[in-house]
Amino acid sequence: MAKVIELNKSITDSNDRDAQKLREELKQKGVFLINLMSSPGSGKTTLLSSTIEDLKDKVNIAVLEADIDSDVDAVKIEKLGAKSVQVHTDGMCHMDAGMTKRGLEGMDLTGIKLAFLENVGNLICPAEFDTGAHKNVMILSVPEGDDKPLKYPLMFSMSDVLLITKTDAKPYFDFDIEACKERVLRLNPKIKIFPVSAETKEGMDAWEAWLLENLF
Amino acid sequence: MHELGVVFHVIDNVKEVMQENNIDRLESVTLSLGKVSSVIPSYLSDCWKWAVNKDEMMKGCELIIEPIEAITFCEDCENTYDTIKYGKICPHCKSEHTYLLQGNEFIIKEITVPS
Repeated sequence: MAKVIELNKSITDSNDRDAQKLREELKQKGVFLINLMSSPGSGKTTLLSSTIEDLKDKVNIAVLEADIDSDVDAVKIEKLGAKSVQVHTDGMCHMDAGMTKRGLEGMDLTGIKLAFLENVGNLICPAEFDTGAHKNVMILSVPEGDDKPLKYPLMFSMSDVLLITKTDAKPYFDFDIEACKERVLRLNPKIKIFPVSAETKEGMDAWEAWLLENLF
Repeated sequence: MHELGVVFHVIDNVKEVMQENNIDRLESVTLSLGKVSSVIPSYLSDCWKWAVNKDEMMKGCELIIEPIEAITFCEDCENTYDTIKYGKICPHCKSEHTYLLQGNEFIIKEITVPS
């Protein structure tokens, strides 16, 4: 007779443990890690570039660029004066805690207080895997539409911050910020929402103040 | 793509249990999979076959998927309904104030060890 062993554990169990360990290790080193998620083309790299420009004199920043297969983003970020490492996920649609840990081991974190993980552009899969970050931040850009919270509820439910980006493009799109906020808050009453434009810098100060407040 | 990542996570979890229990071979792994867990069972089975055959410990291990129905609860009229059929909007009172009761589970239920 074959023997059956009951496990009844969620598939994310071992990843959740690795993530918790990484979160504690980083905290001890004084590195505040943000997992930045969005769909492709929402302006993650532009938002990061603008944030780095504004904050680089106040805090040392590192960026872990996750991409399926390229290093265009890492090159852009390095030019701005932040440390950057490119991680290739080799076809995988999300980062997990193990990949994040290996990526961070590839850079010298001495003196780094703020680190960003730029996750793979995707509103579905990254929401399901804990990366070990201290806070999850997601971007929804104005051209994507205010209905996205209805279509991708998990991403909005698990994020600590929502950045509504490209607000300078609002006159050209039918995007109702108040309706969007209401939908998001219904899914996640604790989420912080910052409408920003990296182009005109409108709203960037509130987002950057939040970052600085949260450093260890 | 997502299915392959998920398969690797299942294999990692299962191998950990195998090592803890000194098991070197498995007959099958049974998953309880919610119908709105964002994973497509047929893709998952294909990825599984490919991944287990690349892994010495997992070779030949069968994947069994037990589906869990997706059910949504309406806060306004307090009825439940089939999530797959009606989505976010309650079919009884047309309210949007609804939440998923079950159906997003992804659980490794059990493993079977050959005798």
